[in-house]
Parts: sequence; C-alpha cells; structure tokens
Amino acid sequence: MSVSAYPSLTQLAQALHSRQISAVELAQHYLDRIATHNAKLNVYLSLDADRTLADARECDARLAAGEQNALLGIPIAHKDLFCIDGWRTTCGSKMLHNFVAPYTATVVHKLREAGMVTLGKVNMDEFAMGSSNENSYFGAVHNPWDPLRVPGGSSGGSAACVAADLAPCATGTDTGGSIRQPSAFTNLTGIKPTYGLCSRYGMVAFASSLDQAGPIARSSEDCALLLSAMTGFDERDSTSLARPVVDYRAHLQQSIKGLRIGLPKEFFNAAGTDTAVQAALQQAIAVWRSLGAEMVEVSLPKVDYSVPAYYVVAPAEASSNLSRFDGVRYGHRAALYKDLNDMYKKSRAEGFGAEVKRRILIGTYVLSHGYYDAYYVQAQKLRRLIADDFAQAYQHCDLVLSPTAPECAYPLGSKTDDPLKMYLGDIFTVAANLTGQPAMSLPCGFDAQGLPIGMQLIGNYFDEARMLNAAQQFQLATDYHLQRPKGF
Amino acid sequence: MALELAQIHRLAHLARLHITEVEAADVSQKLNSIFGLIDQMQAVNTQGVSPTAHAQDLVLRLRPDVVTERDQRDHFQQNAPASEEGYYLVPKVIE
Repeated sequence: MSVSAYPSLTQLAQALHSRQISAVELAQHYLDRIATHNAKLNVYLSLDADRTLADARECDARLAAGEQNALLGIPIAHKDLFCIDGWRTTCGSKMLHNFVAPYTATVVHKLREAGMVTLGKVNMDEFAMGSSNENSYFGAVHNPWDPLRVPGGSSGGSAACVAADLAPCATGTDTGGSIRQPSAFTNLTGIKPTYGLCSRYGMVAFASSLDQAGPIARSSEDCALLLSAMTGFDERDSTSLARPVVDYRAHLQQSIKGLRIGLPKEFFNAAGTDTAVQAALQQAIAVWRSLGAEMVEVSLPKVDYSVPAYYVVAPAEASSNLSRFDGVRYGHRAALYKDLNDMYKKSRAEGFGAEVKRRILIGTYVLSHGYYDAYYVQAQKLRRLIADDFAQAYQHCDLVLSPTAPECAYPLGSKTDDPLKMYLGDIFTVAANLTGQPAMSLPCGFDAQGLPIGMQLIGNYFDEARMLNAAQQFQLATDYHLQRPKGF
Repeated sequence: MALELAQIHRLAHLARLHITEVEAADVSQKLNSIFGLIDQMQAVNTQGVSPTAHAQDLVLRLRPDVVTERDQRDHFQQNAPASEEGYYLVPKVIE
C-alpha cells in the first residue's frame, strides 16, 4: 500500500483505521524517505529505526484492539530539545553532543500516549537561540524550498522535515518566534499556545518565562489535532496551568462571519517589510473579508519596544538557565584545565557556540549590579505595557493579524556575521512571547521567486480555538498551504 | 553606552566562560551594536509601572513536603563526565 504524497493527518488516520496501511508500514515509509533525502537537508540528528518500528508495532496492536484515537500510529519528529528517555538529546549543542536523556518530556509522553510514533530527533539552533538554524553545532539545515536558503529557526529542522515530507508533523518550541517564523519560511502552519498550556517539563530550558511548545504541521486542522494532545496540566511544571483540555478540532467548522481582525498600524507600517510580504498580506485581507471577517485598524503603541525588551529578558533568563552546564553532572568537560574554575570556563567555552556565549554575556550584564534596574526591570515593565496595549486592542477586535516575518527565507550565510540584523527579523513574533498570548503562522502567498510567505494571527489568552477556526476557514478558501517544494 | 574590553573580560569571568583577546574584541563590537538596539528601551517612561515576570500573574503552587521522586542516581550519573562510587568527581578544591 502506498502513502499519498504530502498527506494530512486526517488522511493518514483514515488509512490506518481502515487498515489500508499499518503503523509499521507507515513508519518504514518515512524511514525510507529520510534515508533518501536527509543528507540534502541535514534535518535529523538522531534516528533509532528499531525503536521507531517497535513503537509502531505497539500502535498496530492498539489499532487491532479497536482504539479510536485520531493520532494513533501517526509518525512525528521531535525537536532535539525534548528529552526522550534513552534517546540522545543534544539541543543542537556540542555541550550536549553525548547527552542521553534519562527521562521523557511531558509533551512527548502525551503524544506517545495518543499513539504517535517517534521518527527521530531533528536539528535546531543551539539551545534554540537563532532565527536561521545556522547556529547548530551539527551544521545548518537547508530549506526544502531552496536548499541554498535558511529554513528559519530555531525549530528549523522541525519545519524542514515536515515541508520535505520526512515527517507528517513535528514538535517545535517558540521562545521568540521559533515555531512561527520557520513555519512561514517553509509554507507550514504552526502554533505557539498560551504560555502554560504545554508543559515545559523535559524541554531543555532557554528562557523559562517565554518558552512554549507547539506543533508544526501542514494545516490548521493538523495543528488542532496535535495541540489537543500536547496540552494539559502537569504538576512537574510550576507554571503549568490547570485548565481542561480543549478539543480544538470541534471548533474548526464554525463560520467566521463577523470575526473582527485587528490590523495594528505599527506592524503594517513597519520599516523593512518586503514588498512581496506586504502584497501577500493585502491579498490575505481580501480573503478574510470575503469570509465575512471585519478588518479593524488597531494600535499597539509600545510594541516597537518588544525586540529590545526581548533581547534583555531572553538572554537574562538564558544566562541563568545555562549556568547548569558546568561539565560536572552532564555535558561536555574540557580535557585540559588547571583547577575547578578553569574547568568550568574551558568546558563552557568549548561546549557553547558563539551566539550562545553572546547571549550569556548579555544576560550576565543586564542582571549585574548597577545595571539590573536600567535593563532587566525596565524590560519587565515594558512587558506589562505591551500586554496592556494588546488588552486595549482586544476591546476593538478578536484577533490580531500581521506578517510572521518581514521577509522570506534568506540565503544561508547572509546574516551570520551580524546578529543585530538577525534579531530584527523577530519584530512581529516576540511580543506574543513577552505577553504569553497564543500566536500562529499560516501560509498566505509566495514571492516572485516562489518562496513561501506566512501571516501571523495573535489571539487573546486561551483563544486558540478561535485562531485555529479562523485559520481553518482561510485554508478552506485558499490552497497556499497545499503547495509543496519540488524534488521531495 | 560602550562596553570596554576589560568589562567583557569581567563578564566572561562572572559567566565562567574562557575568552581569548581576539574573541573579546569581536564580542565587544557585537555586544555594543546589540546594546544600541536594547538602549531604545530607555526612551519609555515607565515610572509607576509594576514590572511583570509573567503577564498572567500566576501564584506558585505549593505541595506537601514529601518525597515524590525515587532514587535514580545511578541512572542520572551515566551522563556524568567523571563519577565514582556515586560521587561526581571534580578537580581538588582544598589543598
């Protein structure tokens, strides 16, 4: 039995439940595709075919027993910062190149309970710090739409593997746009839920008050299925929210007539936004209108400060979180050193890449005596003001629309020498992390070279169902999300 | 604001990162350009605004002070660069 090209999760579920294909055959199909295409893209960092097939056999037994779960037997790739017991978990870093996780992340555990089969662990920017996946110790990931271009980051491996159909879906994490921007660069749909909905237990920490897991897939419907399975209270995460799990798929078919979509003038007038991106957004607005949505101009006066505030808060938390890598309990230890302090310093200098070190130094500085108020406290105050801006906007609209990124996927190497240029690519995404609101990216067009363009929907807290519903209705009216890269 | 080389070395020490002169010069230049961006924050008057670590003002949960995890020392120590008889080995710190 052959698998249809670029299948949706619903199609795969139908094929599995009607016994047109077994979970083992499906897993093998993807392992074969990975063997053929992975070298071109540098997506998978670790595979364990025996374990994948053993998982799949278990799912076949569950299917044979009549279990009805919609995700049962469907393969998934995990970003290599989710710990899986007995599986190497590198976080894209030399520091953890030989780290075998001794326990399993809650999100992975939940997806396995739902019957998903792990295909492998995929590449990412080191410790999720980056927007191009060029900061990985294991080399850059190539964009399936143009292998000379970046796939976005930090969940670049997750996005590239789904776009090239080396997995039908993947997990990602989003600290400043790391699910949404790679989704936009590879024509995928990805959602970062409200902070606290997905447990952070077993995710290697970058910036704990911003980090949130979410799915990267090919449609809003696929994301809805995955997100329902990933969320839920976890006592092992102190910031996990005790809320009932929502069946997001149940809300997808509602009409969006009368939905008020806010267009923040700060985002639509942002300097440096590519004209093709602007044009695609205007076309998307026409589609939204045709679906009965109402466009409302709104203002987020302090949102321009979200990038500066983010590059204080995220490095501050990172410098603190990454202090655990000392070459004592796990991770890289230098071979030569004079004493304990020298061992720390050399192990960390050898284990971390340049961008990670820069962020540790920025974080150390903004938290140090004499600078704490001017930087860290000021950034935390701005966080409040930005959240207040969104609260004001929601008096006039239900969702907020913007581009996901100011430009399409750029050539590999074009921004690696200038971190500032890279940071400015995050202008539309970081606000939702600072405020903790849900945000998603979905395809809305292509530029003259055929590169995908994504748009972002930001919602009020816990409004994932409304966002996924709106995105689903957009995708029923358009076929951008059905386009896939040539050669895969 | 400009970060001098001496400050870069001081920060690297605080962060326990070995850094060469060449690296320090590069880091200094890049950090100064990044702080050019960060310093835009200073234009906002935030007097009277309460800082927030999390927009939802969570109250941290409490739990009974009882043992909930089983002993997994051997399992965890398999990742240790150097261990012996259940201890993590580090260079001698007391002469």
